[in-house]
Amino acid sequence: MSGIDPAHGLHLLEQMLRVRRMEERCAELYTQAKIRGFLHLYVGEEAVAAGVIGQLDADDAVVATYREHGHALLKGTPMTEILAEMYGVVEGCSRGRGGSMHLFDVAHRVYGGNAIVGGGLPVAVGLALADRLAGRDRVTACFFGEGAVAEGEFHESMNLAALWDLPVLLCCENNLYAMGTALARSESETDIAIKAAAYEMPAWPVDGMDVLAVERAAARAVEAVRGGGGPHFLELRTYRFRAHSMYDPERYRDKAEVRQWREQDPIDRLAGQLRGAGDLDDEGMAGIEARVVAEVDAAVAFAEAGTLEPVESLSRFVVSDRPGGAG
Amino acid sequence: MGEFCMPSLGADMDEGTLIEWFVAPGDLVRRGDIVAVVDTEKSDIEVEVFEDGTVTELLVDVGATVPVGTPLARIEATPRSRVTPSPAPAAPAAPAASGPPRGVPTTSRTAGRVLSPLVRHLAEDLRVDASDLRGSGPGGVVTRRDVERAARASQGAPAPRRPPAGAGTRLRASPYARRLAGERGVDLHGVVGSGPGGAVLATDVPIAAPPDRAGSRTVDRDGDVRGAIARSMARSKREIPHYYLQTTIDLGPALDWLRRRNEDRPVTERVLPAVLLLKATAVAAAEHPALNGRWEDGHRPASNVHLGVAIALRGGGIVAPGIADADRLPLDELMAALRDLSARARAGRLRQGEWTGPTITVTNLGDLGVDAVWGVINPPQLAMVGFGAVRDAVLAVDGLPAVRPAVITSLAADHRTSDGMQGAAFLGRIARLLGSPESLDPPTPDHHDDGAIP
Amino acid sequence: MSTTTYREAMREALRDALQRDERVFLMGEDVGAYGGCFAVSLGLLEEFGPGRVRDTPLSESAFVGAGIGAALGGMRPIVEIMTVNFSLLALDQIMNNAATLLHMSGGQCNVPLVIRMTTGAGRQLAAQHSHSLEGWYAHIPGIRVVTPATIDDARWMLWTALEDPDPVLVFEHGGLYGTEGELDESLGPVDLDRAAVRRAGTDVSIITYGGTLAMALDAAARLAERGVDAEVIDLRTLRPLDDETVLGSVARTHRAVIVDEGWRSGSISAELSARITEHAFYDLDAPVGRVCSAEVPMPYARHLEQAALPGVDGVLRAVEELGLRG
Repeated sequence: MSGIDPAHGLHLLEQMLRVRRMEERCAELYTQAKIRGFLHLYVGEEAVAAGVIGQLDADDAVVATYREHGHALLKGTPMTEILAEMYGVVEGCSRGRGGSMHLFDVAHRVYGGNAIVGGGLPVAVGLALADRLAGRDRVTACFFGEGAVAEGEFHESMNLAALWDLPVLLCCENNLYAMGTALARSESETDIAIKAAAYEMPAWPVDGMDVLAVERAAARAVEAVRGGGGPHFLELRTYRFRAHSMYDPERYRDKAEVRQWREQDPIDRLAGQLRGAGDLDDEGMAGIEARVVAEVDAAVAFAEAGTLEPVESLSRFVVSDRPGGAG
Repeated sequence: MGEFCMPSLGADMDEGTLIEWFVAPGDLVRRGDIVAVVDTEKSDIEVEVFEDGTVTELLVDVGATVPVGTPLARIEATPRSRVTPSPAPAAPAAPAASGPPRGVPTTSRTAGRVLSPLVRHLAEDLRVDASDLRGSGPGGVVTRRDVERAARASQGAPAPRRPPAGAGTRLRASPYARRLAGERGVDLHGVVGSGPGGAVLATDVPIAAPPDRAGSRTVDRDGDVRGAIARSMARSKREIPHYYLQTTIDLGPALDWLRRRNEDRPVTERVLPAVLLLKATAVAAAEHPALNGRWEDGHRPASNVHLGVAIALRGGGIVAPGIADADRLPLDELMAALRDLSARARAGRLRQGEWTGPTITVTNLGDLGVDAVWGVINPPQLAMVGFGAVRDAVLAVDGLPAVRPAVITSLAADHRTSDGMQGAAFLGRIARLLGSPESLDPPTPDHHDDGAIP
Repeated sequence: MSTTTYREAMREALRDALQRDERVFLMGEDVGAYGGCFAVSLGLLEEFGPGRVRDTPLSESAFVGAGIGAALGGMRPIVEIMTVNFSLLALDQIMNNAATLLHMSGGQCNVPLVIRMTTGAGRQLAAQHSHSLEGWYAHIPGIRVVTPATIDDARWMLWTALEDPDPVLVFEHGGLYGTEGELDESLGPVDLDRAAVRRAGTDVSIITYGGTLAMALDAAARLAERGVDAEVIDLRTLRPLDDETVLGSVARTHRAVIVDEGWRSGSISAELSARITEHAFYDLDAPVGRVCSAEVPMPYARHLEQAALPGVDGVLRAVEELGLRG
């Protein structure tokens, strides 16, 4: 039905399941007060990260939002370091300094983890600018929610990226709600892909619950960007099954709506397709699940065994360490 | 795990109120099922279980507010996976045998209402009587919000105004001046300040010792001393209402007595006439509190006599350090003290105690040949006694003229604390003491600390 | 030594930077074709081309953020925000990204970015074009704030700033661009950590920076005529402050007056005053004085603006209030 390569399909399925099970465990850990602060979960949106990031090279960059655990994981950050970061221990990818909203992993070119809506867009533009100036053919993929589209920084960044022809792939994860505000209540034009046209930027709306559709669109876009075609824009239409954050009574949307979207669960959809093509059976699924749960358990154990950074080093990393003491 | 606990749903959530159970003992639950609704102070949240199993017991009643981590229900895992712990007694929020590590305190009841420990502690901290509160939570439960609201309402009473700092009881001096004073061994009490509100500044601090340990800054030491004296004298004349009395004292008996006393002693142990004058002044001062003490927002009589002795410095200027308890010192000791003091004053090596405000000062310019000296009181003292030269004068003795050594003794006194009568009595006392010089040595045993005038 | 202007010295600094390091590029509004709002970058576009001297749209947030991203990506951008007044549009990028990335990432993300801004009042540009916010920026951990006041510093501070692995904000007082003076061509990169004693003295420490340095020196000359020997300190850097020089001076003079073009409340002068009280309390012979801008949005009318700004008379009065009458 899909004509998809079975191995690749199973790979995508496993990637999405890794994110899903990690996020679910994070929810549980949060209720046990092991993870603190804010926690924004990606449950339901896995196809977007899996489909887009799967098309990036190791050397490409990712800039994301505070709902970035899946992006960091799929870009290569070890799940151990992600969980440890959320536990606030020094073994975390940001040494426990960032927490859930600020996962940074420069080795895998993950630049956050940004908590200001729209705040990552100019930075992504700058990363792309650096590549352009240095003559590198890397791509910077910038993920942001549809809520960012209201911010001035979105428009400034779109304009600048298009004006200077920068190699940035702008991925708007449209999950219809900016925290509690529905898109229709905040945007005069709710068709987001059209906005890109105002900046003469090629843009496509994509079914964000279909990982294969995401992948197809991303492949085209990434190739174009890398090939010097300037910035491209993807509107990925998706939905988050859980609340905006752990503390959210979800008064702004109907349970019926959530149920409806759950029927389009990207993981179930792909699994169904693979089963239908005979590429997946119960045993295979169990195998994937077992692997994923083992990885999650190991990551949690790693985080549980983590160490707190000594208070004496509090003032490190404000400015770079200098010989003879901090500045 | 076997237990479903009150979940943490946010960074600032410490407790939650159970609003509704969706399950009952015996119900099967699956991971992700919503089993209850919790009120977290901001709104109601549906909470889920993270494991499969059978609900065996509900531990917390609807309406109860419990801290995060409190077990809410027991869930027996499905037989294949886990062994359930034996159930604990069904008291509300009993300490958990397993599960969240924290010991869970029991809730308390006040006037029939449930108060969670958190609310109870908050009420104590904010001094709110929680038994008085109407709870806004479900079932009349008193929530944290109720306590905070009550605390805010009772904050209407303004904080009591602090009484203004007592004027004149605290030395106003700049930090640098204090530091200099400490380094120099100088007491700033009695130093007149040139700064705002009479604050003592660095230039007001008397110089005690070369070299200036404060650093490389060159100091016009003489200029500083002169300046300090100038300010002090000006202030004295501005603030102290002086009155003046004089009397001529026949020193014949005293000098005779002293000559005989000194005859038998080596030169180094002889007592100078000036010492008699000092001793007499000191003894009289001890008996006249209106003249012995200081003025600081009122009369403050001293309980001892620290006799200030004006000593001229080489290079100009005067210092008037005090001899402690001069009224009780034997003459020999007073002599030794005076000699020592003079030497050290001129060498700039006075000790802190000597700077401590004298309670009365004597200026003796007899050596310089003036008849009398009308002093300017050193603030904050109350009097200055002056002795002119001892000269032969013709005095009436027993109705007949006689040539006697006489000294004009003056008193400058603060009219705020004494009148002419007291001043006259004081001078009279000095005269009588000098008239009976043997009473000056040994120290008078019948001197009263309360300065009763005999 | 040669005679030049502050503007030319800054231009030379930019040219030097562009020549020395190909990672360096200049980006901002009207820096290219217009030659720079204050003519600082005049001629640089012609010399280095549009790749190295980039005119940006009026998008402060985007181009400052892009500067941050470019720095992350290995470049050494010099972002020019036309004036500090417009920097408020980029405050989120400066405070929430430039200043925090190193920390949030646990030390992974250095942002070697230089942002230059013109600051200050005095040209009747009214409320929205007259801010002095360098003291405000000095509140933020994670960035360095420098305020070159002299021609030498205008020429040589930029070099050091570009070598810093962390963000540096350079504040150039608008009134300084035309000032003329001697340039020491031999200096090379100067340190950014130390304040400079521009006039040694014994009676009072006048502490200032940037646009008010010249005025403070004038005041010192007038004080000298009255027999008061003032020491004038040019802070050069507002973050981090050079406590050693400031406190050492106060330890010698025992009096301090801080001159700051920012508004008094919560200003850098308040910070300095607090530090002096904390660390030099026992050296003080008088309270720390401050001469700052009046707490009003800057008025347009010249006499009102002059009354609002710190001036020589204000400094003389402040020194007098310390009990120094000469």
